[in-house]
Amino acid sequence: MRRLSLISVPYLWLLALFLVPFLIVLKISLSDTALAIPPYTPTLDLSQGWAGLAQWWAGLDMENFWFLAEDNLYWKAYLSSLKIAVTSTLLTLLVGYPIAYGMTRAPDEWRPTLMMLVILPFWTSFLIRVYAWKAILSQEGLLNQLLMNIGLISEPLIILNTNLAVYIGIVYTYLPFMVLPIFAALDRLDGSLLEAAEDLGCSRLTAFWLVTMPLSKQGIIAGSFLVFIPAMGEFVIPALLGGSKTLMIGKVLWEEFFSNRDWPVASAVAVILLLLLIIPIVLFQRNEEKQREAEG
Amino acid sequence: MRRLSWFNTVSLTLGFAFLYIPMIILVIYSFNAGKLVTVWTGFSTKWYGELFQNEAFLNAAWVTLKVAVISSTFATVLGTMAAYVMVRGGRFYGRTLFSGMIYAPLVMPEVITGLSLLLLFIAIGLDRGTLTIVLAHTTFSMCYVSVVVSSRLVTFDRSLEEAALDLGCTPFDAFKSVTLPIIAPAVISGWLLAFTLSLDDLVIASFTSGPSSTTLPIKIFSAVRLGVSPEINALSSIMIGIVAFGVITTSLMSKRAITRRQAEENKAVQ
Repeated sequence: MRRLSLISVPYLWLLALFLVPFLIVLKISLSDTALAIPPYTPTLDLSQGWAGLAQWWAGLDMENFWFLAEDNLYWKAYLSSLKIAVTSTLLTLLVGYPIAYGMTRAPDEWRPTLMMLVILPFWTSFLIRVYAWKAILSQEGLLNQLLMNIGLISEPLIILNTNLAVYIGIVYTYLPFMVLPIFAALDRLDGSLLEAAEDLGCSRLTAFWLVTMPLSKQGIIAGSFLVFIPAMGEFVIPALLGGSKTLMIGKVLWEEFFSNRDWPVASAVAVILLLLLIIPIVLFQRNEEKQREAEG
Repeated sequence: MRRLSWFNTVSLTLGFAFLYIPMIILVIYSFNAGKLVTVWTGFSTKWYGELFQNEAFLNAAWVTLKVAVISSTFATVLGTMAAYVMVRGGRFYGRTLFSGMIYAPLVMPEVITGLSLLLLFIAIGLDRGTLTIVLAHTTFSMCYVSVVVSSRLVTFDRSLEEAALDLGCTPFDAFKSVTLPIIAPAVISGWLLAFTLSLDDLVIASFTSGPSSTTLPIKIFSAVRLGVSPEINALSSIMIGIVAFGVITTSLMSKRAITRRQAEENKAVQ
């Protein structure tokens, strides 16, 4: 009895506030825009009994999805989000792996400090960390001042409000998500394996490539998902650092909803984004469960 | 065997420089006298003074704090229950769905979570305000709490619980007097995580808040969209300062606790 209530409270909470809302999004994505409150039609009217339900059901159609398919803007936004998310995940891996690797090689007494230094930005406001780059990357910003002072460039570089600034922003804010799982995987690695590889005549680089890399695979996978999935739907970074040409689906959804007040189209955009992300989310969850079983 | 190569040293130095220089610059320029954030004109604390006279910011900070305290407390209770169910609950009907609902919000794009919760609140006729933000924040942060707590539950020795049960404890007593004290550090860090997630959230709060319940991130975002301002730098510096203080003290305290325990163990051995 007690077990049942223990299970059912968080279960029902998540059903009501996580799963049911998605069903509502799905339903509204099949509705039509209307000049009313709420701004869509049909609305379910149960006071008429079955007739109301039948009328509601008949009013749903795929119109919004056809609209998305026909309008190039949405295709481009999905593709460009995918490109930005993939590129920045690879860049984060490229920056994060050496940091995680360096952390495992550092003396034991440095460990807690290094861990804290990686985690500290994670506790600091995401919005503030993105904002910090605005003053650095702008045309009269500190990066351009520095580069011009040392004479590397004579004209200020235009970085802010371009895709490059978005890449920098994503790598910067998601770096701890990449470093921590890789560090955890590398930390579990048995050092004697590397010694064995070196004894058997591997150079350090080959040993790294043949032993360390494959054994840290799960950390790389976990870290990449933790960067890629949220980056796909990112809104704050393109809104603050990107330009008018930066097309990302999170921004499109936001504008459909808040500026155009087109709830059905915003819902349809969300449904497709979710469909695109379901495969990576399921893979991520499998990876986590596998890791947990390996530990438990 | 273990030693830092030049490559490790360089990557650690550059990596941490990359992580910290932007924040350090932000703090330095919050003390700039001039209105421009990129040109240094002299030291001044006037932006901090102006910040504390800005009523809109103070109100927003109060709403944010209220939401964060309430939602992280609910999230900790629900998340700990969920973690217990996941690790100790055995097989039950719909377990896969349950674990899916725990993991999915961790990576779900915030725009989707925000939109879907807003549409739910409108469908059931709940007015947008502090309550709806609390519900939204509780939902996504309970999943983080549950992941933190379950990683602690997995590693702890189950026979301790079984011993308590054998000695006549009810399952609830066993949880209260054996399990809870052991997982307490994880529960506390889960609460802190939920608290900071709530303080920090812009997207979900934008969807679920009403006109009377603007939170600090919403306020900051609308100011920042127009450009950089020294007042926001001052506000950011205060927030960075609080977080740095909190994280450094807790880690020093836990370090001291570990050394003390080791010293006691050594004494016991002798």
